Amino acid sequence: MSLKSSASPNYSRRKAVDLIMRGLVLIATGLAIVPLVLIIGYVVVIGGGALNWEFFTDIYQPPMTVSMPDLGPVDPNDPFANLDLGSLVGGEPATGQEGAGDEKGADILEAPPRGGVFHGIVGTLLITTVALLIAMPIGIMAGIFLSEFPDNSVATTVRFACDVLSGAPSIIVGVTAYILIVNAKGADGQPLGFAGIAGSIALTFLMVPTITRTTEEVLKLVPEATREAALAMGATTWYSTFTVVVPTALSGIVTGIMLAFARGAGETAPLIMTVLGSNVLMTNLLEPMAALPLITYRYTESPFPSENTLAWGSAFVLMMLVLLVNILVRIATRNRLRMR
Amino acid sequence: MAQAQATSETFRERIAKRTQHGDGIFWGLTLFFALLVIVLVFAIVWVTWSDSQLARERFGWAFFTSGEWNPVETPVNPVSFGAMPAIVGTLVSSAIALVLAAPVAIGIGIFLAELCPPALRTPLSFMVELLAAIPSVIYGVWGVMVFAPFFTQNVAMPISETIGQVVPWLGGERVASGRGLLIAGIILSIMILPTIAAITRDVLTLVPNTQREVMLALGATKWEVIWLAVVPYARAGIIGAVMLGLGRALGETMAATMLVGNRPQVPQTLFEPATTAASLVASELVNAQTLIHESALVLIALALFAITLLLNLSARLLIWYMNRGPVGRTRA
Repeated sequence: MSLKSSASPNYSRRKAVDLIMRGLVLIATGLAIVPLVLIIGYVVVIGGGALNWEFFTDIYQPPMTVSMPDLGPVDPNDPFANLDLGSLVGGEPATGQEGAGDEKGADILEAPPRGGVFHGIVGTLLITTVALLIAMPIGIMAGIFLSEFPDNSVATTVRFACDVLSGAPSIIVGVTAYILIVNAKGADGQPLGFAGIAGSIALTFLMVPTITRTTEEVLKLVPEATREAALAMGATTWYSTFTVVVPTALSGIVTGIMLAFARGAGETAPLIMTVLGSNVLMTNLLEPMAALPLITYRYTESPFPSENTLAWGSAFVLMMLVLLVNILVRIATRNRLRMR
Repeated sequence: MAQAQATSETFRERIAKRTQHGDGIFWGLTLFFALLVIVLVFAIVWVTWSDSQLARERFGWAFFTSGEWNPVETPVNPVSFGAMPAIVGTLVSSAIALVLAAPVAIGIGIFLAELCPPALRTPLSFMVELLAAIPSVIYGVWGVMVFAPFFTQNVAMPISETIGQVVPWLGGERVASGRGLLIAGIILSIMILPTIAAITRDVLTLVPNTQREVMLALGATKWEVIWLAVVPYARAGIIGAVMLGLGRALGETMAATMLVGNRPQVPQTLFEPATTAASLVASELVNAQTLIHESALVLIALALFAITLLLNLSARLLIWYMNRGPVGRTRA
């Protein structure tokens, strides 16, 4: 009788179950990687392929310049004879060369990609930066409160509020900002209407919990001895907080701000209801503006390949922004952890 | 005696003045901003509550059981608002997402925490966390441009032509649109996969090593260690992870809006255009012409907020309960 068979009567069955289940877990992992790799792959290949100089510097252009097909000799009495339809839909004046290859008018579905998303990049940066400027003081100061005065009912409530905010679907803050700002009656009784600033305020709701909790966490990592040393030198609590504790934890606070920025830049649902979107370069925060996620959303459903290309391109830029910020944060925090 | 006490008090006050100068202002200032965070939550609740008052007074609880959604008066259909299409769509698409994602995601969590070679563990875990951060609109773009045509041709059509002839909710004539609850649920499942996997991995790494060592000492195989000693210990945390994933699926707006078809009716099959609560609000609020239409949409948003809030809080409670563990916290 071998040792193996004496070890356990159902040894081979248990061994088989072990192998099968470990195999299943491995298959699950592989199965999950397939769609995720597909999504990233498609965005990188198609979106990355859409990038060129024009994509980053030009604003939206209609899919193609509409040029009139040749309808025979021009009637001198026809007031519309010299009308350039292209200029009506916002394109450049027709030079007569576009339709040259195809006398019946070029197929709009085969027009090469035109235009870029410069307006969207500017809009996203403006909206997100303003949101960050509003969220930063709230988040950092609330984080300082949570770490320096941790044990009171206000602190518990604030932590609870942060959990509520970070778990809320982003559509809810969009609805709130829509009612509060877009739909609110101004002094003249008219609704204020869609505005970049409304989007910023909606994003503020989503950024505050991230910044608050990160600030609290990193400030708590500052050793108590550092605070005590500052107090022993005769510093007041606020002086030691702002000159010793916060500078020590500054890289961590910046990490939280960067993560909040990445989250805000990718949010789409709140912007649909507040910023609306625009096809021209707008820098006035009181008017509807363009934003990268809105461009991605609107032009995905478009029948024109030219606009679809813009959607893929902006999706690529957004994804790279988010991945880059997260990787940078990862590298930064790893170095800090290695130091201690 | 009284005089001495008075001088000692003034002395203490003088010391306090020197060493705590401005601390009161500091405390007040940080308190103000901390209270502002609470105000943000109250702003959401108050605004949605007051703006949905019209709908609440007019429809009452019947709003959530009524199946008609007709915001525009037509000769055939009178104006009516009922949340049933949104509720059915949200529940069905989230359930599909959860059924597809939860087993796979828990498997990934187990693999990352227990079976993965140490050299692969950090990069793979980091990848999973990265995927959870990708904006949902990107999943939507891929779903619409790449997955929907493939899904319609290779999944929806064959299924509706074969099984669909027998099972009514898999058949139907609107298959060709490529939009519906099933495809939305599949994309949602891809989105919530990283969320569930990352948290499952986190709670599994919190299980103390003695659990594994005792089981190994009894002669258990690797899988028996995982299934009988590690997973039961982390059960509360894993349930919490699945609930957080469900919360994300319920509230997810962009991927659902782009793929569900936005037809506010209770769908008969999984392949025909439907709607979810979030996508109904996202697609109609901006265009709402009447006060009652807007109010009804805000009421749906409020209900969604309440449900996700409940889910998130109980999930966090479960994970916190697991973190405490019988042997205290193992991670700072």
